[in-house]
Amino acid sequence: MARARHRPTRRLASLAASAIAVAGGALAAPIEDRAPTPAQIALVDRITWGVTPAEAAAIANMGEGPWLQRQLHPADGGDHLPPAAQAQIGVMPYLQVSMVDLVRDAQLQQAAANQMTDPALKAAAKQVYSKAMDDAARQAAAREILRDLYSPDQLREQMTWFWFNHFNVQMYKANIRLMVGDYEDRALRPHALGKFRDLLEATLRHPAMLRYLDNADNAAGHINENYAREIMELHTLGLGSGYTQGDVQELARILTGVGIDAKPDEPKLPPQLRGQLIREGLFEFDPARHDYGDKVFLGHQIRGRGFAEVEEALDILSRNPATAGHVSRELAIYFVADDPPAPLVERMTSTYLHTDGDIAKVLETMFRSPAFKASLGDKFKDPLHYVVSSVRLAWAGRVVADPGPVLNFAGRMGEGLYAHETPDGYSMTAASWNGPGQMETRFEIARQLGAGGAGLFKPQTPGAAEPPVVPDIRASAQAVGLVAAQPPATQAVLVQASSPKDWNTLFLASPAFMRR
Amino acid sequence: MRRRDLLQIAALTVPAMVAGRAFATSRTKTRLLVIFLRGAYDGASLLVPIASGDYYAARPTIAIAKPDPADPNSALPLDAHWGLHPALRESILPIWQARQVAFVPFAGTDDLSRSHFETQDSIERGQATRGPSRDYASGFMGRLAGVLSGDGVTPIAFTQQVPLIFQGRQPVPNIAIAGVGRPGLDPRQSDLISRMYEGTPLGPTVSEGFAVDDQVYKAVGAEMTASGRGAISAKGFELSGRRVGRLMRDQFDLAFLDVGGWDTHVGQGNAQGYLSQRLAELGRGLAGFQEEIGPAAWADTVVVVISEFGRTFRENGDKGSDHGHGSVYWVMGGAVRGGRIAGDHGPVTTAQLNQNRDYPVLVDYRDMMGGLFRRLYGLDDARLQTIFPGASPRDLGLV
Repeated sequence: MARARHRPTRRLASLAASAIAVAGGALAAPIEDRAPTPAQIALVDRITWGVTPAEAAAIANMGEGPWLQRQLHPADGGDHLPPAAQAQIGVMPYLQVSMVDLVRDAQLQQAAANQMTDPALKAAAKQVYSKAMDDAARQAAAREILRDLYSPDQLREQMTWFWFNHFNVQMYKANIRLMVGDYEDRALRPHALGKFRDLLEATLRHPAMLRYLDNADNAAGHINENYAREIMELHTLGLGSGYTQGDVQELARILTGVGIDAKPDEPKLPPQLRGQLIREGLFEFDPARHDYGDKVFLGHQIRGRGFAEVEEALDILSRNPATAGHVSRELAIYFVADDPPAPLVERMTSTYLHTDGDIAKVLETMFRSPAFKASLGDKFKDPLHYVVSSVRLAWAGRVVADPGPVLNFAGRMGEGLYAHETPDGYSMTAASWNGPGQMETRFEIARQLGAGGAGLFKPQTPGAAEPPVVPDIRASAQAVGLVAAQPPATQAVLVQASSPKDWNTLFLASPAFMRR
Repeated sequence: MRRRDLLQIAALTVPAMVAGRAFATSRTKTRLLVIFLRGAYDGASLLVPIASGDYYAARPTIAIAKPDPADPNSALPLDAHWGLHPALRESILPIWQARQVAFVPFAGTDDLSRSHFETQDSIERGQATRGPSRDYASGFMGRLAGVLSGDGVTPIAFTQQVPLIFQGRQPVPNIAIAGVGRPGLDPRQSDLISRMYEGTPLGPTVSEGFAVDDQVYKAVGAEMTASGRGAISAKGFELSGRRVGRLMRDQFDLAFLDVGGWDTHVGQGNAQGYLSQRLAELGRGLAGFQEEIGPAAWADTVVVVISEFGRTFRENGDKGSDHGHGSVYWVMGGAVRGGRIAGDHGPVTTAQLNQNRDYPVLVDYRDMMGGLFRRLYGLDDARLQTIFPGASPRDLGLV
């Protein structure tokens, strides 16, 4: 049931022009005074992190088809952020250092702390080490929020979040805080719209995953099944697809020796195994820890021969129809409905199988379906969508000075970045996010955003005050037709607003703004 | 605790209906709190099988030593076969000595997936794992709240999200108990927002939320004032336990709370180390709960501590333990027949293990809870079947 939306006013073009000036490389085409249709606005609202006047103008000028193609196939891997956002990322120190160096430096720091004999000095050194890890993760998260807010490649950013959640790791385990930025940026984002098989292997080769699900500790004679189980249950086949405890054990054997090595020097190996060693950054396949026996995995005879067994297992898993169905259904839950129609999932599954797991093609099948179009405006926003879409609409023409409040709000609503403890990731259905306590928290966030910047525009120099930044949400919302489209009960309340701040709060708290 | 004479109590209590269920006064004095230890805690480290040679052989580095009065790191003897983790000496041992906590070893579910998520979900749903149909959006505490709604129970989830266990036909309020603060919206704004939601599916949820927020802030406000004077310095789960105690003393009588961090695959420790710290914090939270709820309410309170499954009997290669099966549940409260090990149990030996790997399940959680609910609330078979379809409620004499 898509709600009727009235056509937006002509004020759009001027608002959009100012927003586009900020969005930098977002748009090359000149702006024509062409108003987007309600359907186009609803489409933008679903495929991006929240509709803005600029993005609505973009789809109106380009047309739905080309706009969608550009979202599905970004020109390159660059961020193309507005200069004010790019500059913030450019000065975040932990983002300028490679993960390998971060982890090695931190290990030296930790070792030095452990050797201190004075308890006070030791505690202080450990605190420094711990704060460094916090800062590294915080900066990675800030970069991610800036991309969600301002990247022109909005679909890729949504998919990066989706895949992080699908291949979830939690930052507070061990030293994963030093790894989440790299995991997101180099394992997930480059493949977010690519082939599922590549994505799966990129996560398998990443130390964040190997640490989080304990495969770094999985060795011949010391089997740890944790990662093997979750690959099948969560990452690929899905629970109840017919694999057995025996398959879990066999995959765990296949995965022995797949781990992490932060030492600069290669491990000492007997000559016959040296050719089998693989090292890439912190990733290491250590043949001395691998179980070279033959395995039987999902009915396939796997000859024991080293890392090639892992490749073979990933081929088997990523091409399995159960994986195609599981991944398609997850995508449809994220983008269409809490309980997506079976025929839609079947068509997506079929696309997956015919294209060897081409994610952009599977998404395109979904976006072109009647079920997707019928669902626009009805999907309950999860907390991150709620806060990011609020900020995008409220300050469409102005880059935040500090994305920290967005992170804090997401955390307060129970959906902090890199913070989900268990490997199943955050729930993507309404029932998990719309309880009484959670709605109250949203209203409080609506109040803080509506009344001012909530700290978003506080200059990041000590002692500096936040400039006055009450947003004009009414103008942005009117420009994209979101005011006229409100149901009568909301309209009746909005006219009672006692001030622009009050109007902002009520609009962000309204039932329609909870959905996308 | 005897079955309540609901009519008699109802006659003495005037329901104070102000703005929906949240302000109602329950006609049953029973208070029930279910605590879920998410991540599958190691029951064999909590309730130590001190007479089992196999236990000590299977766990070279993570076993808890046999009781020894000279060794503060040894298990605290409960009877000839079982000991308590020494991290609970100050918090839970006194409750055991007051005979107000019982442990149920070999408790759990017939779900053998050993998946945290599937098993947590299936336990929270409380439906048969094999059956003709399942309702994926209905939890057993939600159904219990429904069955008892005529008695005016006041359910609440002290969690950031409404957990599956409390999902069902009617919304149950939730509040993140660790982060209670002063409401920022003024009453006029709350009222306007409620009006926007009137007649929408989220209408009742939103008005419930405003009412509960207000109540909880008022109740916890006293504690905040006190802490300003340095009177209370509790943090983490202990703070949560104390707050929940305060709220259940006065306002809520059917509650759920969860605590994570129990998935100890690597370096779980023994009498010291990671798991011992988690257990100590849990113990402090429960003792704090008991203190805050006060003696009068404690007499009518039952706290049940559960987890999705147990862990492997044998230590793994990383000085930790992997996903197992049978767990150890706790049942505590002023009227609990405690100071004993309840349910079916026998010697802990390798030969008794499930799949030569982990504790068997001899007490099904649905049967145990069903039996407990029957005693606590005087429920008949039909209503118990609504809560636990297809279960065979068993009275383990817990209350």
